[in-house]
Amino acid sequence: MRGRPAFRLSAFFHETDRAGVGSLPLVSLVSFFLGLTMALLTGYQLRTFGTERLVPGLVAVGFTRELGPLLTGIMLAARIGAAYTAELGTMTVAEEVEAIEAMGIGPLRFLVSPKVVAVVLLTPCLVVVANIAALIGGMIISRWQLDISPSYFMQLVNEALLNRDIIAGIVKSLLFGLIISLVSCYKGLTVTGGAAGVGTATTSSVVTAITVVIGVDTLANIILVALYD
Amino acid sequence: MTDGRQPATAQMAQQAAAKPPAPLVQMSHVHLSFGEKCILTDLNLSVAPRERLVIMGQSGGGKSTTLRLILGILHPSSGSVKFKGDEVTRMSRQTLNLMRQRVGMVYQYSALISSLSVRENLALPLEELTTKSKKEIDEIVMEKLSMVGMEETLNYMPAELSGGMKKRIGLARALVLDPELILFDEPSAGLDPVVSSVIDELIIALTDKTGATSVIVTHEMDSAFRIATRMAMLYQGKIIEEDLPERFRSSDDPVVAQFVAGRTQGPISTSLNI
Repeated sequence: MRGRPAFRLSAFFHETDRAGVGSLPLVSLVSFFLGLTMALLTGYQLRTFGTERLVPGLVAVGFTRELGPLLTGIMLAARIGAAYTAELGTMTVAEEVEAIEAMGIGPLRFLVSPKVVAVVLLTPCLVVVANIAALIGGMIISRWQLDISPSYFMQLVNEALLNRDIIAGIVKSLLFGLIISLVSCYKGLTVTGGAAGVGTATTSSVVTAITVVIGVDTLANIILVALYD
Repeated sequence: MTDGRQPATAQMAQQAAAKPPAPLVQMSHVHLSFGEKCILTDLNLSVAPRERLVIMGQSGGGKSTTLRLILGILHPSSGSVKFKGDEVTRMSRQTLNLMRQRVGMVYQYSALISSLSVRENLALPLEELTTKSKKEIDEIVMEKLSMVGMEETLNYMPAELSGGMKKRIGLARALVLDPELILFDEPSAGLDPVVSSVIDELIIALTDKTGATSVIVTHEMDSAFRIATRMAMLYQGKIIEEDLPERFRSSDDPVVAQFVAGRTQGPISTSLNI
């Protein structure tokens, strides 16, 4: 049929809720603790040189440009990537995907598109949340251990953080979202071998997605450093 | 119209009446291999409009594969598969999807989408492939559910249904787009004899009512003879016999005779060392 949208809106919102809202507690909690730990350990070292005021910038730049997108990518690969592969794999084994195809409905449009679009659009949003959570963690430790007030912490963050750090983080997170969703859907739709096959594909999906995310992250860092520095 | 042209027209009409209807499905010299494993070798089969053709054969003998070839889900290694004269193997993705909308498929294990309710399963092809309003879709869903006697399951999830109920919902889903051809993959497999008979009766009643042609794949003899208006035996990748059910029962072919009688002794290898 002509003029149909690329995916069903209801399916898109369902996946948005599942991938985005559902991942929010995990992503924010892990990022909060990592931001807190990062500030604690770097503050502990930098205080010996009297340069603990570098801690806010370190946390901000480190998370915005690198750790935020990378950790969110790894968490999404483990949480959503595994779920997508298991779901599509089970549907493939139970002939549900074939039944959709046999009805003349494109499985890619019906099953894959909403997932890919939702994860690609939601990953940058989750990265922003991860960055904020890490900064809150860093801010708490800075106030408690390094005598840096929250307002001074934010001032130092503003001084250290550049637009290009934010853009680099967002671009990387879009790429990671695309990789995770495509790898997990592909692995799910190509499952063979029944229940054991679903298990193998799910493990393979998580390992592949995390490896590719880290590889692309390294490549993106090399390109971005060459572009900006 | 002149008097001189009337005899010629009458002759043409007579010829047309005598000519058998064009087959809905025509499979010619179909070969299919998966790697080194040969599934179908020189399969020739035609399905006439409005008939109920039962394809019988051993498990793993290529019966379900034949249905998938008709739907264009699998492509033959060589040979031709035609639906209403159009070559399925050469259809574009768009044409293939349009063809599939005219064919319903009932799967062995129903293949209902587990995350959707019964209503959503039936409404899915209508929502995705037609421009019907929600009210019209709801009416069609209820009509098809009542045809299989499953109206009360409208809001059930597939996991809440028994095997027989799933089969009936699967049949209702195959009917929602009013297909010209319905393919049944082992419709009575895994069901008790009573439910199996109910499914068989439903297939007969619904295909008669809708005028749809059906191809049924089974190796259950009781069902096969109950449903069929014509039967075909698939053995070693090819159709070895096609005939009316009553003639099939008394076939001279040793393979068909062994299969129909369910004997262990005969040309069909059982690999048993008892």
